Amino acid sequence: MALRSITRPLLYILLIAISLFYLMPVYVMLVTSLKPLDEITLAEMWKIPTSIDFSSYSVAFSKLAPNLMNSFYLVIPATILSALLGSLNGYVLSKWQFKGSNALFTAILFGMFIPYQSILIPLIQFLREIGLYNTIAGLVFVHVVYGLPITTLMFRNFYASIPVSMLESAKIDGAGFLGIFRHIMIPLSITGFVVVGIWQFTNIWNEFLFAVTITTSDQQPVMVALQNLSGSQIVQWNVQMAGALLAALPTLLVYIFLGKFFVRGLLAGSVKG
Amino acid sequence: MDPVRSSVKETPSEIKMKTSKKKRVLTKDHMLAIGFLTPSLILIAVFVYGFIGWTGYVSVSNWNSLVPDFSFAGFENYVYLFQDFRFQADLRNTLFFTIMFILAVIVVGILLAIMLDQKIRQESLFRNIFFFPMALSFVVTGVVWQWLLNPSTGVNLFLSKIGLDSKWYTDTTIIPGVEWGKIEFGIPVALIAVVIAAVWQMTGFSVAMYLAGLRGIPEEVREAARMDGASEFQVYWKVILPLLRPITVSVVIIMAHISLKIFDLIYAMTGPGANYVTDVPGVYMYETTFRGNYYANGAAIAIIMLLSVAIFIVPYLISSRKGES
Repeated sequence: MALRSITRPLLYILLIAISLFYLMPVYVMLVTSLKPLDEITLAEMWKIPTSIDFSSYSVAFSKLAPNLMNSFYLVIPATILSALLGSLNGYVLSKWQFKGSNALFTAILFGMFIPYQSILIPLIQFLREIGLYNTIAGLVFVHVVYGLPITTLMFRNFYASIPVSMLESAKIDGAGFLGIFRHIMIPLSITGFVVVGIWQFTNIWNEFLFAVTITTSDQQPVMVALQNLSGSQIVQWNVQMAGALLAALPTLLVYIFLGKFFVRGLLAGSVKG
Repeated sequence: MDPVRSSVKETPSEIKMKTSKKKRVLTKDHMLAIGFLTPSLILIAVFVYGFIGWTGYVSVSNWNSLVPDFSFAGFENYVYLFQDFRFQADLRNTLFFTIMFILAVIVVGILLAIMLDQKIRQESLFRNIFFFPMALSFVVTGVVWQWLLNPSTGVNLFLSKIGLDSKWYTDTTIIPGVEWGKIEFGIPVALIAVVIAAVWQMTGFSVAMYLAGLRGIPEEVREAARMDGASEFQVYWKVILPLLRPITVSVVIIMAHISLKIFDLIYAMTGPGANYVTDVPGVYMYETTFRGNYYANGAAIAIIMLLSVAIFIVPYLISSRKGES
């Protein structure tokens, strides 16, 4: 216990120091984005701006606004669809197991670990073939398909905790496969939908490889547009940082308000439910 | 704490259901269940397994221009890659990036989790600070850290004052830089900058995992060790850490697969770098396929990436399945 009284303050000092390190990028992002361009000399990167200048935000916003909208058009339907499919699959694989269903589940799970480079060339050929290349609908489709493993896993683990006795009594009352799903599983899995929804929202919003290879210019989601900002002639760091903040804002807000569910999703993807 | 293993437990009624099922064929509801699963199974079969097969097929073809050419090339593309300076550099970079990244994520993760587990005040505030980077995109992280670690600025202004000047991701030094194939083998110094950014973003994951693990260890275990005269350090080193091993396995697997397929962070932060010091297969695959139209080469890189991930993932998936049944 004597040891504790010495180590305690040290513990807090260390935690605060590490926290400052973790927050440093946010600080630099904020101060840089609020400076006018001529104040952004490399030597003064750490200094607080002498006057607050929001012009970099208006520049960044005018450049990124269409892509921000693209991201919303992509993320909302893709999240809803993949959550619905995942819940159906999870329901079947946890409550209606059949011979070989566990092996099939493992085969599905493999899909969430593959490097997507290994399916990208045929995928693009396929999307061209069916006319969905360079469309947001195409990206929605891609994220629904490749979101299946993780959403199925999350819902399967979630549904495993619902006792079979509940299903049994519903069956006695005459409920079938769909009746049980609608009247028992869905009402009981609101949290599951929130966790999966937040997880998919964040991941699809942040995704880059599919976005950059499947869409061009005016169809591109915001992360590709952000990356393109830095590709232009002279790097305007203030606009760049303002853009990064704008692009990160939706997922950051989700994290700030629903962080608990985000962390649950994080663990659900890798730990048993 | 096995990641993909779920806790599906069979209750007596479920076992009864199964035995009674054996007598007759599948019920109508069961057929319906399989029917609803089928579309997803077909999608996975085609878009995961079918497309991997198709990529494998492209990788042994001559399709190295805009016009598809599926004539058989054998392993020519693979042979080319393994003799290619850039790809050799990629293999070296991936190896050292993965090792440094995983080690850092584990060590920092355990230390932070243990610190957070000391019943400290404002724990949730600290947790949120360590976790929030995970909600960000690798592209955002790349853009910000590119600015932070810009060699002529930022962190360097402090470091140069104490005599530590670093060129960060523009440094082309390889340590120790032994001649090997076409490249210098060793740790590319520039990669350290990328590792810092990646660790900043991903430690939240290992902190969350280890914290959950620590909370799952009953206090009695620690008490018993203390009763036996173990010091606080020994309690952690000899008792707690071994108990956290399954979590470490999961963290290693998850981080290894992220690291082996990393693309966006490096693409946004440094790109391939001078002499390809920060290049990785993910970036090479993207550039050679979609900028250079070397589809067969790109497919071969993709297959090599897939195999490197599969070495970790397949045994992991199989063992967690076995553990369940």
